[in-house]
Amino acid sequence: MTSQNGPMSESAKTGVAASAPRLSAEAEARIDDLQSRYPTKKATLLPVLWEIQNSEGWISTEWMEYAADRCEVTPSHVLSVVTFYTMFHTKPVGKYHVQVCRNICCHMVGAPGLIEAVESRLDLKHGEVSEDGKFSLEHVECLAACSWGPVMQINRTMHENLTPESAVKVLDGLE
Amino acid sequence: MDWSEAVTRVLFEHRDAKDVHTFEGWKAVGGFSALEKALKMKPEDVVEEVKAAGLRGRGGAGFPTGVKWGFIPKNTDKPIYLCVNADESEPGTCKDRVLMEDLPFMCLEGAIIAAYAIKASMAFWYIRGEFDLPERRMRAAIETLREKGLIGKNILGSGWDLDFVIHRGAGAYICGEETGLISSLEGDKGQPKIKPPFPAIKGAFGCPTIVNNVESLAAVPWILRNGAEAYTKLGTEKSNGTKLFSVSGQVNRPGVYEVEMGYPLRDLLENECGGMKRGRALKAVIPGGSSMPVLPADVALKTNLDYESVQAAGSMLGSGGMIVIDDAQSMPELLKILGRFYSHESCGQCTPCREGTPWGSRVLDRVADGAARADDLETLERIARFLSGTTICLLADSLAMPIKSFFQHFREEFEALVPTEAGEKSGG
Repeated sequence: MTSQNGPMSESAKTGVAASAPRLSAEAEARIDDLQSRYPTKKATLLPVLWEIQNSEGWISTEWMEYAADRCEVTPSHVLSVVTFYTMFHTKPVGKYHVQVCRNICCHMVGAPGLIEAVESRLDLKHGEVSEDGKFSLEHVECLAACSWGPVMQINRTMHENLTPESAVKVLDGLE
Repeated sequence: MDWSEAVTRVLFEHRDAKDVHTFEGWKAVGGFSALEKALKMKPEDVVEEVKAAGLRGRGGAGFPTGVKWGFIPKNTDKPIYLCVNADESEPGTCKDRVLMEDLPFMCLEGAIIAAYAIKASMAFWYIRGEFDLPERRMRAAIETLREKGLIGKNILGSGWDLDFVIHRGAGAYICGEETGLISSLEGDKGQPKIKPPFPAIKGAFGCPTIVNNVESLAAVPWILRNGAEAYTKLGTEKSNGTKLFSVSGQVNRPGVYEVEMGYPLRDLLENECGGMKRGRALKAVIPGGSSMPVLPADVALKTNLDYESVQAAGSMLGSGGMIVIDDAQSMPELLKILGRFYSHESCGQCTPCREGTPWGSRVLDRVADGAARADDLETLERIARFLSGTTICLLADSLAMPIKSFFQHFREEFEALVPTEAGEKSGG
């Protein structure tokens, strides 16, 4: 049975309630396309999880069940995968997810001062989300931009060659 | 050897050409002529050409690329897969990012030629999850080639079909290890698998699979266009061609540079990178990514950049992620950062690594933070010993090598932080 049969095929197959989450028609079509190319449905688990996180911002238990159904694996397998990869969020993050590199190359060119300035400006520590949900902060490992450090990535946008002052300016410019 | 002549460029030959990141721009500098040539050859002859060029894997291991391709079983009835390793994650390394951002069609042309050589029907571009522009560039490039008929059915009338998809990682260093990458591609945690069987025999989905680094594949179009012999004329006798080095640290012009194999490290630092920043002196260099042994300045400055010379100096060329350490840096502090990194990235499947890397990290934390115990250095040496060669993949060794080499060359900095029996720090 494939999910290309129609919008209700998962619920018909598994008995998941009719209110089970669904992605946009475009996202569903992208997943269908990938599943027609990949050798197994399980192999599309990471792409499916990305579709979920791109749409919802994080991956809840309900969405893990959706992914399990879509990729024909158990929900516990999905949980093991979601929690293995650091970029998948199991709780909401801020509208702006700020990631500051703490690894060796950025460290040598000023990451400690940058991290201090960002923490102070946002009043957040590693792993915290601001009360208004605007910002979350994470110290991350190498972002493969070592020649342009220190770096900070906000959502998917990379900011390079930062100083504490220029980093605060970037943060202050976000609406 | 006289290095005053301009270095012949292979990977960056056309980097400055107009719009070279677009299909038209790449075509304008002769792009896809290598693919056209390859598709008129027998796949076996393409493999032989790359073997003859002596191209070695640029992800870190340095294994000959053509030889690896030759490991695909003949007359297998299973589908064959190509996985492009674009999971660039080794601290210090940012060369594949530049190739994908600036020359996506060159990278793809090399990958398609590789897929043809190994008779793959499907290829995956495994790209690290944090990459934004590189992913957009590669995604757009694949779509364009699909429209142009260079990916899909009966490519250029050859009768050969190839599908190509981007597979985005999600933040796990270990997926840069080829069997970890395969696990991740299969929809599992990115845990490495025991070799043998090697991926060429039994890889992704149980089928013959070749995993190649982006930079290795990016050299293939040049080799096909100019011939294997031209490539062997570059570099040293055993390390052919050119290599990208991504230089980081307190130098005047950090960046990604292409040099011929055998180029003196001193020249790269002084010419390309413009020397150390004012007021900073060179203390040490990690030549090939953070897992490789560190070299003190005097040794590093006498080293040439090819596989054999760097090994003779006591380290490895690795990925070419060159971490330049200046005299303001504390070695215990840097090693503490590496301890945290490898501990964070352990996949958890082998006991020595799962338990040993966090243990090592905790000890390194307290040494660097001034809370060392009298026997901490011996403990770290013991941890480094049991992290060496006891696990499925090299992640555990990747912490052991820095611990051993930092101790070998900079032991006094660590000893100064450890209390003597009388309860005082030996450094006073």
